[in-house]
Amino acid sequence: MIADIQTFFRHLADSGINLTIFYDAFDFERFITGLGNTLLLILLCSFFSIVIGAIGAAVLTLSKGLGAAVVRGYVALFRNTPLLVQMYFFYFAIGSIMPVTKNDIGLPVPLLGSFSWAVISLSLYSGAFNVETFRSGVGAVHQSYEEAALALGYSRMQAFVSVTVPLALRFSFASLANNLVDLTKATTVAYAVGVAELLYVSNQIWSDSLNTIEMMNVMLLIYLVLTGAVVFIINRIETAMRLPGFGLGGV
Amino acid sequence: MINLKTLALAASIACVGSASHAQTLNCGTDTLCRVKAAGVLKIGTKDDYVPWSYRAADGGFKGMEVDIGNKIAKALGVKAEFVKVNSANRFEFLAQGQIDLMLASASDTAERRKIIAFVHPNYYSSGYTVFIPKAIKATEWKQISGQTLCAVQGAWYNKPAQEQFGIKVLAFPGTAETEAAMTQGRCIGLLEDDNEINVRLSDPKWADYQMPLPIQSDTPWGMAVRQADQFSPFYYFVAGVISEMHRDGTLLEAEKANGIKNSAYLIKMHEALKDHIN
Repeated sequence: MIADIQTFFRHLADSGINLTIFYDAFDFERFITGLGNTLLLILLCSFFSIVIGAIGAAVLTLSKGLGAAVVRGYVALFRNTPLLVQMYFFYFAIGSIMPVTKNDIGLPVPLLGSFSWAVISLSLYSGAFNVETFRSGVGAVHQSYEEAALALGYSRMQAFVSVTVPLALRFSFASLANNLVDLTKATTVAYAVGVAELLYVSNQIWSDSLNTIEMMNVMLLIYLVLTGAVVFIINRIETAMRLPGFGLGGV
Repeated sequence: MINLKTLALAASIACVGSASHAQTLNCGTDTLCRVKAAGVLKIGTKDDYVPWSYRAADGGFKGMEVDIGNKIAKALGVKAEFVKVNSANRFEFLAQGQIDLMLASASDTAERRKIIAFVHPNYYSSGYTVFIPKAIKATEWKQISGQTLCAVQGAWYNKPAQEQFGIKVLAFPGTAETEAAMTQGRCIGLLEDDNEINVRLSDPKWADYQMPLPIQSDTPWGMAVRQADQFSPFYYFVAGVISEMHRDGTLLEAEKANGIKNSAYLIKMHEALKDHIN
């Protein structure tokens, strides 16, 4: 079966469409590694950016003092500077002043590798957008709900967690889907710091096999499928949490 | 009033545009004719490959390949215009016509000949090896199997080095990033061509580094033209200039002028082609 597929793509290569990833074992392996790393980046960064966004929005809603100022500063810094600059800053600037361990022949071993820095950088970048997304969700919940909860004897914290947040979440989905689609595409920037994700491996493959056009098309298709999957998953969650009258899914 | 002025300006631009267009149009597919009509030879070269091609302090291009490019343009009687390319995009730049001649330290390989045409004779040659700190006591490739080396994305030896010697390659867009990554310990050393390492070794900055492993697959470098230009007047013109530069020792002098030790390949080519009289 695998041999048949390989033969088919070898013939296809002779006719001008050279998809080495389907018949060259080495290219196939690195392409799969790249796909795996991209998926891992999307999953990890989505998770951390949502956590950062939730915490940030909670701080902005509940506190008015130093905490809110810190979150506003963070959002301003990460939303208003290019992702590539942030990535280089973390990897080459912060990375160089981090403590290093020495291996047995005395060479420095950095604490964090390319992948870890990419996750940190992408999460912080996307997290800044998520803070605003969740904040707008909280803002969309009418004050009367919180007042009703307070009248029933809830504390401010309890009212926020049990009443405001579940409703705010439903208002946030459309914007959150936007941010996560953006994050999915932004993972390609990690190639600049040597993370072997899809763009990085594709770049290596087309440098070796000179099949740029084919690989560009493969990339385009894969990212279309990936962003499609992200949107699909968010839509499913949105539908599952549907509450008539709240958010777009409820209309 | 403003409208009239803009109109006149647009009309004059259109005139100039169509005039130069007509000039190049008469040339058909003849690149040599088109280059001469335009008065400019567009040469693709790297800007981070000291001392073959790099940016001088004033922002212009400098280096041995730039000297060669200028000589070719001068022989054609046109101005050389250097366009920055990198290892990963140089073939597309040539194929799509952003440049007419690629002079970007490209090794002449069978795989690459399928999409562009290398001009012969080759103008340089290099193999690949590693640049590692003296602290690493390795004399054979198998001793560094499994280790990570930094390299530039798009270099032809990234794949064979991984396949044959089992090393891991951490590739970056440019040379500066690979150096930064190595000094930070993200890889044990650099995977590079031996010429570039020789140049590094003459710099006191790299006194603690060495090139201890045997050089692999010595491959000639070629200038390249589009496949459509193979065996065209343009191709033969460039080929003739290269041959003459081998013959009269221009290439050996260009090496010296750029601080590179005369390489075995250029000495061999000069010996083979040099004038038999005196």
